[in-house]
Amino acid sequence: MGLTAYIARRLIYGVILLIGVLVLNFFLIHAAPGDPAETIAGAMGGATAEMLSHIRAAYGLDKPLLTQLAIYLGRVAHGDLGMSYYFNQPVIGLIAARIGPTILLVFAAQVISITAGVVMGVFAARKPSGPLSAAITVLSTIGYAAPVFWTGIMLVILFASIIPIFPVDGMTSARFSGGAIAHVGDVLYHLALPATTLAIVFLAQYSRLSRASMIDVLGADYVRTARAKGVSESKVVFKHALRNAVLPIITVAGIQFGNLISGALLVESVFNWPGMGRLAFDSVLRRDYPTLLGILFFAALMVVIANLLTDLSYRLADPRIRTGGR
Amino acid sequence: MKLTRREILGSAGAALLAPNFAFEARADELPKGGTMVMMSTQVPRHLNPAVQSGIATAVPGTQIFASPLRYDADWKPHPYLAESWKVADDGLSVTLNLVKNAKFHDGKPVTSDDVKFSIETIKAHHPFKTMFEPVSSVETPDEHTATIRLAHPHPALLLCLSGALCPILPKHVFGDGQDIVNHPANSKPVGSGPFKLSEFKAGEQIVLERNPDFFIKGRPYLDKIVIRINPDLNSVVLATENGQADFLPFLAESQYITRLQKTGRVGVTDKGYAAVGPINWLAFNTAKPPLDNKAVRQAIGYAIDRNFITKALLRGIAKPQRSPIIESSPFFNPKIPSYALDLNKANAMLDAAGHKKGPDGMRFKLTVDYIPGGGEEQEGIAQYLKSQLKKAGIDIEVRPSPDFPTWAKRISNYDFDMTMDEVYNWGDPVIGVHRTYLSSNIRKGVIWSNTQQYRNPKVDDLLNKAAVEKDPVARKKLYDEFQMIVGDDLPIYWINALPYHTIYNKRLGNIPESIWGSMQSMDEVYWKKS
Repeated sequence: MGLTAYIARRLIYGVILLIGVLVLNFFLIHAAPGDPAETIAGAMGGATAEMLSHIRAAYGLDKPLLTQLAIYLGRVAHGDLGMSYYFNQPVIGLIAARIGPTILLVFAAQVISITAGVVMGVFAARKPSGPLSAAITVLSTIGYAAPVFWTGIMLVILFASIIPIFPVDGMTSARFSGGAIAHVGDVLYHLALPATTLAIVFLAQYSRLSRASMIDVLGADYVRTARAKGVSESKVVFKHALRNAVLPIITVAGIQFGNLISGALLVESVFNWPGMGRLAFDSVLRRDYPTLLGILFFAALMVVIANLLTDLSYRLADPRIRTGGR
Repeated sequence: MKLTRREILGSAGAALLAPNFAFEARADELPKGGTMVMMSTQVPRHLNPAVQSGIATAVPGTQIFASPLRYDADWKPHPYLAESWKVADDGLSVTLNLVKNAKFHDGKPVTSDDVKFSIETIKAHHPFKTMFEPVSSVETPDEHTATIRLAHPHPALLLCLSGALCPILPKHVFGDGQDIVNHPANSKPVGSGPFKLSEFKAGEQIVLERNPDFFIKGRPYLDKIVIRINPDLNSVVLATENGQADFLPFLAESQYITRLQKTGRVGVTDKGYAAVGPINWLAFNTAKPPLDNKAVRQAIGYAIDRNFITKALLRGIAKPQRSPIIESSPFFNPKIPSYALDLNKANAMLDAAGHKKGPDGMRFKLTVDYIPGGGEEQEGIAQYLKSQLKKAGIDIEVRPSPDFPTWAKRISNYDFDMTMDEVYNWGDPVIGVHRTYLSSNIRKGVIWSNTQQYRNPKVDDLLNKAAVEKDPVARKKLYDEFQMIVGDDLPIYWINALPYHTIYNKRLGNIPESIWGSMQSMDEVYWKKS
């Protein structure tokens, strides 16, 4: 199949999936008890019955559920995600301000976990039953088993309370003043703990996977041939073996993207990272339907795009898939 | 606090004669400049306190908007946008004389028209209906004079003209005909206060910058206030402790407060919360058996150990509270019964009420709700009640709610036996106390109305009289009697005052300690020279 036709088909699937996500989420969130008017009244310190009905009418909450869904889908089709019930600001603006930090966090965590995971896996694979391999396996499994928010809190206690060298709040320093380069440094400084927290969870997957994959590949005939030719050990490992061992890692990296986003939700809450995750978490508690639906829509969109990119990069890494002959 | 006529009324006359000391003295001596980073766990919807109550909006809102009056730490009003004021002898009007040099942040002057517009807006849209309900009209004889006409005397009015309760809005911005509750300017407000809004990132950060044209010369001292919003209490406290932030108001969790008091790295004060009057209590559904019986409610009162809660559970940080009126208020009546722990009496009263113990030692079963996320003072005390009330043969089920809307729906629709709750006095009983006890305020579906469904015609009568009584001493007597009656009827068992504390960098001077604390202009806060 040609690349264009392939991409077109995947895009159509993606659109159908996104509509399904919208409808399903709409019903899910409306199934939860409590209504947004009460949250707003709570935030106001109480409200009269007239004010409650005013709020409901203003947001169309007094209409039947299916009517609300029809109105909502119609708006989304026109690129309008509605107004946040809570902030009374366009949802698209709220998300636009937060999608960048979330992508930054997820991307940084992905890079850290893949790089560190693969390096650990490669070292472990060279002596599969050695002590280094055992240590890597145990440590990364602990990181995988620990709940991500717990890991975050532990890192906060260690690096922000006992040895207070990292900040705990936000993406930039509130007192910050300086140029663009200093600003990048400030963001990276704030990024260190949250990105590491998120990366630790996924480290185990990549180290275990690359270890298994490398053991497999290192036993293959062409590796023996390479060694017989007298190719240096590091060249054998990193050039000949790793390129072949990396295929399953790309697959997993794509699949993990959705999990990374949901992990980011928790990490953002712990570190007050100004991303979509924290907004999603708060929006659930506030019954801010439009905001939550908007975030879930964007999260789904990101996963669909990530999966598409994974498939494409798979084609790049493995010529057999590119030609369709398997 | 001992009560005098002067203190209650806030003495309009005396304040008129008093020199404008608070604003003139020391203005040149204190160092200027610097940024104060404040932490907040509460997320403001927007920044216009005229149509939105609550701490989250009040703190930034009072920096952006000025009000006619402001209060000190002794419940006395002082000039602010009004340089003087006069309450008519018949109590049916209050005349405000505005300062002449006040300008909004967009350069337009503050006039009596803006005052009229603001009071009318608040009257129509603020959830605290009792504040301006008696206002029949606001007259504006000239640009700098506004006369508020009242249908009946309204002794709480001066307090309602202060702090976050009466922000003066620019009519030329908010009066353009758009729905004010959802007005776009609520998120980018223009006021006449000491700080201007320079950035509002919803749910994240608010940046306020010094207003160079503020009508009080030489103020404010700070160049900038940054309010960082972070719902995670743990990191908020850590950030303040580590110096990432300088100021954290409204901290109520005793474990953090005791720890911070010990380390001594930051300043800790409980001043600045007198007017908020936050009370933590156990409410009874007085329409539902067996709690419709006063004797059962009283027996529960005798079975609970308030001292254990404040001294042990809340680590001695919280003050006990036994009245609907906060004990730091001049209206508090210390004679109200305290229901000191007496389990024998509790058991005897329940026996006498016909609720004998069954074979399992239990008389009946009750549920207790609590505000989710309310921490130790909500869930913690609810759990304590389970073990404590067992001693009186009451089987308690602690019923959690997943989130605030669920809890609010249950309570406001009377689907509960007992619930923990937190309700604020908001300065004057007319604003924050009456709503809980007036039978006319039993409104299904409305949280923080009279959800106990408590009805007592005598209480209704006393409260309605107190709302219009001009004479402070007579008014205090009405509230005294009211407290004795509800203390006996016990629709609510009051437990403690929320131990709000402010955590601050010790290099900050003039930490706000007035009755409104950080919900009033912070133009006097400054950085001490290091």
